[in-house]
Amino acid sequence: MINKVVANVEEALDGVQDGMTFMLGGFGLCGIPENSIAELVKKGINGITCISNNAGVDDFGLGLLLQQKQIKKMISSYVGENDEFERQMLSGELEVDLIPQGSLAERCRAGGAGIPAFFTPAGYGTEVAEGKEIREFNGKPHILESALTADFAIVKAWKGDTAGNLIYKATAKNFNPMMAMAGKITIAEVEELVPAGELDPNQIHTPGIFVQRIFQGERFEKRIEQRTVRQK
Amino acid sequence: MALDKIGIAKRIAQELQDNTYVNLGIGIPTIVANYIPEGISVEFQSENGILGMGPFPFDGEEDADLINAGKQTITALDGAVYFDSATSFAMIRGQHVQLTVLGAMEVADNGDIANWKIPGRMVKGMGGAMDLVASADNIIVAMMHTNKRGESKLLKQCSLPLTGVGCVKKVVTNLAVLEVMPEGGFKLLERAPGVSVEEIQKATEGHLIVEGDIPEMDIN
Repeated sequence: MINKVVANVEEALDGVQDGMTFMLGGFGLCGIPENSIAELVKKGINGITCISNNAGVDDFGLGLLLQQKQIKKMISSYVGENDEFERQMLSGELEVDLIPQGSLAERCRAGGAGIPAFFTPAGYGTEVAEGKEIREFNGKPHILESALTADFAIVKAWKGDTAGNLIYKATAKNFNPMMAMAGKITIAEVEELVPAGELDPNQIHTPGIFVQRIFQGERFEKRIEQRTVRQK
Repeated sequence: MALDKIGIAKRIAQELQDNTYVNLGIGIPTIVANYIPEGISVEFQSENGILGMGPFPFDGEEDADLINAGKQTITALDGAVYFDSATSFAMIRGQHVQLTVLGAMEVADNGDIANWKIPGRMVKGMGGAMDLVASADNIIVAMMHTNKRGESKLLKQCSLPLTGVGCVKKVVTNLAVLEVMPEGGFKLLERAPGVSVEEIQKATEGHLIVEGDIPEMDIN
């Protein structure tokens, strides 16, 4: 068994530098690696590219990195609910590549799976298709999308073991499994870190081979973006 | 009288087919889940990674790890399943989800849809909408017939950046139910209660096809 455990978030993020590309798991604020994001803010690295489905909100998630103007480029599918993001994008301070959510997921998966590119129908006939190869399959036009990889992929899981095996909870799974595959170095922050052998191999979502560093997050705020309830 | 958002959702609920998987977009489409006709079994897919989405949780039982694509806290029904985003869009692109209901800023009479961007003004992104409209066999748009300035949202040609081309099959608005014809044009199928064909004609910039008597919607 190869031990992937690092002591803390500082050690997990050892080697991150200005100008690097990061993948960050999560959908909205659900399943984001919040301890690592806080550490990236603290480290003050600049000019980074972030691949993440969303850009957080003004005062949480990737919004914290945007506030400090540490992000040079965002690759996302949906960035609403973040005023600072919108301001930086419209003023041209921030480079933004918006891509369909399914294409984003598949591009990350492809990056980790050794598939350099693939054809998808999503975005045909729209701005997204501009400059991309178009090919017809079964009478339907498709566009060529390329794989994505990152210097660091940072994911968040519910449980993990010392071998780097991960289990996600509910819809906090989202982009985390694909991004875990696509990092040159993949960091997993988990709510609960257990010795190898404690997780049921039948239940593991991300095999530890994809994870280089794992640590138990010190604190998880797990903020809810839209609290919707019904009355009893 | 023109319908409100709940009326639109109730009318769309009548389009639900038994034993199908359905993806509901944000806004009016979400409300459709509250009006499933009796005797119809449908399962709701939310593209962030759940099949078998249930109602909002009771106050105090919210789980930050359990949300829908609108980022709202939800519950999971018996038989529900969670999955990653690549699997979710495999369900969508692979046409395992039979019906998509979503909102729009503009729909053209050739089935084009625009709902993700107003250049220089509003940038939210397309989310999963481009994957959904490029893939589902049946796409129904739920929206108001006109925008806040009173201009038609049913057009000859979309003026905003497109989300998908030639994909919308049906449009349900506060005024009418319209089918997008394969050869082009909005065929008027039903009127909102008390709304005249003339009113619908006036609010529709795209080609409106009116054949024979147009019945009123039956809602409730």
